[in-house]
Amino acid sequence: MITTLKGTNTEVNINTAGPVVIIGESINPTRRKKLVTTLQEGDFSFVLELAESQIKAGADVLDVNVGFPGVDDEKLLPETVRVLQDNIDVPLCLDSPNPRAIEAALKVARGKCLINSVNGEERSLAALLPVAKEYGAAIIGLCMDDDGITHDPEKRLAIAEKIIERALKTGINQEDVVVDPLAMAVSADPNACLVTLETIRLVHTRLGHNITQGASNISFGLPDRESLNAAFMTLSIFNGLTCPIANPEKITAAVRATDLVLGRDDFAVRFVEYFQSRQPIQY
Amino acid sequence: MSELLTQLSYCVEFGKIDKASPYPPNLKGQEGADEIARRALDEGIKPDEILDKALIPAMAIVGDKFTKKIIYVPQMLMAAKAMSSAMKHLKPYFQSGETKRKGKFIIGTVSGDLHDIGKNLVAMMIEGAGWEIIDLGVDVNTDKFLKAINDNPGAVVGLSALLTTTMEHMKKTVEAIKGNYSGVTTLVGGAPVTMDYCLKIGADFYSPDPQGAVNYLNQFALK
Repeated sequence: MITTLKGTNTEVNINTAGPVVIIGESINPTRRKKLVTTLQEGDFSFVLELAESQIKAGADVLDVNVGFPGVDDEKLLPETVRVLQDNIDVPLCLDSPNPRAIEAALKVARGKCLINSVNGEERSLAALLPVAKEYGAAIIGLCMDDDGITHDPEKRLAIAEKIIERALKTGINQEDVVVDPLAMAVSADPNACLVTLETIRLVHTRLGHNITQGASNISFGLPDRESLNAAFMTLSIFNGLTCPIANPEKITAAVRATDLVLGRDDFAVRFVEYFQSRQPIQY
Repeated sequence: MSELLTQLSYCVEFGKIDKASPYPPNLKGQEGADEIARRALDEGIKPDEILDKALIPAMAIVGDKFTKKIIYVPQMLMAAKAMSSAMKHLKPYFQSGETKRKGKFIIGTVSGDLHDIGKNLVAMMIEGAGWEIIDLGVDVNTDKFLKAINDNPGAVVGLSALLTTTMEHMKKTVEAIKGNYSGVTTLVGGAPVTMDYCLKIGADFYSPDPQGAVNYLNQFALK
């Protein structure tokens, strides 16, 4: 199954057969004070800097989250999208819990965006599916619903199925639903990552959809987060993850290595290319 | 100090819950906080003494080690579980009023936010400092906070938010608390929260780590 996202002129195909597409996570105000202060001053130079450095580090798509206290993201999200699309050309993933901000951003966005995210709650389905349909966007379906978060992979699968079914009824194409199995910190629950890995496997084998996840937080509360994130990323890709939302500066090497090991990078072209792009040029 | 209290303190610091618990590996098969606390009470050690001389100091060490990154979340959770397994033997004395706690602490993650790890860690640390915890859970709306304050006069309130997009709810809830119960002290925390934000929304205290909240409450209890 192939999910196609579009920028102004570029197209990114997320294929369940791989290779992995990286959605850069860094345009997000959490622990990025500079992003908040620059945006508050109407200064988009830092957003563009984050965009460019992530693309250089291997991001194919960029997540855009500009929600923080005291800001009207129904204005700021579309404004940020406009500035980004005037300067760079990768597809965008619009990230907000506010459906009106998502809609306002879709109104001005060129190409085909990904909505982050719709979940199984009635309120979320009712607010976002018609918007996705109207603007021809793809959606991320997050495996939680009105009952909260379940730790049973079969139940998470059932929520994914429900979101897909409702999306189809709304007229959204099946391939335009990307499933998020929900990743949680392993420091508080030794089985948290296993539950996610099993959900990925179930969604991959039974539904065959593309799969994303914001996986950087699984290492919360532990040292050497990069090693932990890389291990989880590799196992997730092996089980069917196709378009993680992550920090490309830290994860692309592990992603390229996994693609190569899984036979999705003939002659190690992408692996070598990435390695060389990170080395200082020598003459 | 009694040998038992020293042992109990050690079990809490290193997260030995009970005899059956395999953690930590070097204490495998030995008694844990659960059995030792029971035995201490049976031998006539006062519950006050168990709390003040074993549990509270042990948890203070745990909080300090966490702040200094000597231990991490999994070790801290095991220590907190060991503390709880000892604390349960003290509950009857709390209920009868024979042993007094320092006060009540209401805690919850704000509306729209489902993150619970940080909130739970703070709750455990504050319980381990001798406070009674009223844990409202996650996705707690303003009304639930207000009701809990109404039901527990004099309680201090802690609010957690882990998303920049849910911090707005923290502001609304703090404002509602201050508007309805002006004397209530509020503490805020969570990854995106800062001292700046705490002051801006009119909350009383912010700490980047659980031990900071404990230290503040210890001062508060002395007032």
